[in-house]
Amino acid sequence: MNHNVPAGSGYELPTRAKKNGFRSFASTLKKHKILYLLMLPGILYYLIFRYAPMYGLIIAFQDYSLGRGIFGSKFVGLKHFIEFFYYTPNAWQLIRNTVMINVYELLFQFPAPILLAVLFNELKNVLFKRFVQSISYLPHFLSTVIIAGIVVNFLSPSTGIINHLLSQWFGMKPIMFLGEAEWFRTIYVGSGVWQSIGWGTILYLAAIAGIDPTLYEAAKIDGANRFQQARHITFIGMVPVMIILLILNLGSFMEVGFQKILLLYNPLTYETADVIQTFVYRRGVLSADFSFATAVGLFQSVFGFILIVIANRLARKYSETSLW
Amino acid sequence: MKGEMSIGSRLFDICNVLLMLVLIALMMYPLVYVFSASISSNAAVSSGQVVLWPKSITWAAYEKLFKNPNLWISYWNTIRYTVVQTVLTLLATSAMAYPLAKHWLPGRRLILLMAGFTMLFNGGLIPTFLVVNQLGMINTMWAIVIPTLINTWYLFIMRTFFAALPEEVEEAAIIDGCSSFQVLTRIVLPLSLPVMVTIGLFTAVNQWNSFFDALIYLNDRQLYPLQIMLRSIIIADASLEGAQSEFDTTVLVTQKYALTIIAILPILFVYPFLQKYFVQGTMIGGVKG
Repeated sequence: MNHNVPAGSGYELPTRAKKNGFRSFASTLKKHKILYLLMLPGILYYLIFRYAPMYGLIIAFQDYSLGRGIFGSKFVGLKHFIEFFYYTPNAWQLIRNTVMINVYELLFQFPAPILLAVLFNELKNVLFKRFVQSISYLPHFLSTVIIAGIVVNFLSPSTGIINHLLSQWFGMKPIMFLGEAEWFRTIYVGSGVWQSIGWGTILYLAAIAGIDPTLYEAAKIDGANRFQQARHITFIGMVPVMIILLILNLGSFMEVGFQKILLLYNPLTYETADVIQTFVYRRGVLSADFSFATAVGLFQSVFGFILIVIANRLARKYSETSLW
Repeated sequence: MKGEMSIGSRLFDICNVLLMLVLIALMMYPLVYVFSASISSNAAVSSGQVVLWPKSITWAAYEKLFKNPNLWISYWNTIRYTVVQTVLTLLATSAMAYPLAKHWLPGRRLILLMAGFTMLFNGGLIPTFLVVNQLGMINTMWAIVIPTLINTWYLFIMRTFFAALPEEVEEAAIIDGCSSFQVLTRIVLPLSLPVMVTIGLFTAVNQWNSFFDALIYLNDRQLYPLQIMLRSIIIADASLEGAQSEFDTTVLVTQKYALTIIAILPILFVYPFLQKYFVQGTMIGGVKG
């Protein structure tokens, strides 16, 4: 590459910084002044809205109050963590629900697009394929409120279409779907699959498009049928994407789509629906119990962070794909 | 080709097409039903007579909604928040991504690491809330626009794009006497239109659809965006603890469906663009990021 450009433009190759400490630091800054200035708003954004809250995690170990602030509040060590694990009656239920909803998502929402991508790939008519894809992407763009609104109104025991159809076709009595704890996970994951199955195929289809076509030719010559080709070539070609998405999934394992839960749950379904983040929201935002809620949130973040590091390490050990 | 195909293979093709038709039906049915219900009479909808097509067609639900001043206020608020955030996000993200794409810039790695780490770990809900509170942004538009200004994922997508632009063009411009800033505005940005449109659309749709930030940062009814109004009208009876359900909760079912359509309509209009650019964007981000 050619870096033959005038001095002072901010484009010349850096002369390897000598160990002149501050002087060389200042001269680097000056040389690329405009470039650093451009980054300044972004850097400030990260410091204020991403790193200041991380520093603010200190209040998990304090009895924080708005009046006394972060520097004036008393340090109380692990008090809030102990309170959560030993004295919060539904702590176990929160952890169990968070884990269970994720397991369900991993079992149903994760494989669904993989299967669909293989089926898309087998479609012969390009126009029809494109049409189905377009239709299947659409729900991805609907807001959580809209999805939850459709779910709530369709499932309503008095006016909802689902209960009407159940009674018209099978003579069933109306079911209070959103008032019964045993239905919650099905509704949550079912609407999640509906919304994400089409969109989720995009990365897999990209991976399939990258597969060397000669592999299929060779397989055909060796007498492999279409199912065998799909299994041994198409599926294997998607594995790297699967691993990446799986790691990302595990990393956000504890961060369930709590906004949708917030819209769909109510005290009747807390038993299966209440997760750590909805609890943090109620205790932190609604009851202004800042320190306790932060402690609970911190427990979840640390757990998620550990999971993603472990998942990445495993991926690096057993396959050639990993996040970093 | 067709002659060589086995019966099993042909059978599979037929099943596959049938499956796809089922998929289309499953994807479209809720939306078609919502529309049909919104233009049917309330009695027909609540008694279950509307299954697919509208019955006793009437626009009464829409007329009633259009008379509600809250709808217009919240619609305007959503447009305002979306436009302002999209513009600011594009400015801040491109300004940060451009220098980060210069592989020879000292300190680049450190800043990338700083941004990347926030994808793995963050301060969480309450500390972020307290920072926004401390800055006096509660109950202002800025609480909605600024805390989600830069998305690290988009930042990396843009950086990847900028890094792939031919450096020779920029060098030529500098030899012709352009400053770094002029290079960015006159050469890099026009060349980057596809990525700008992609990130712009990503941001706009996210903001259009978001409700949670408004829920925690706003408690002035005049500032509520559309999604908050939707929540309190459409989902009123599901979420019993709704702190913001002071809107009229005795709304007819048809009005709930009509409101759903009113909120989806803009998304449907831009959907053809969305699809094209989003697929592109997801690929850049997913494959190279």
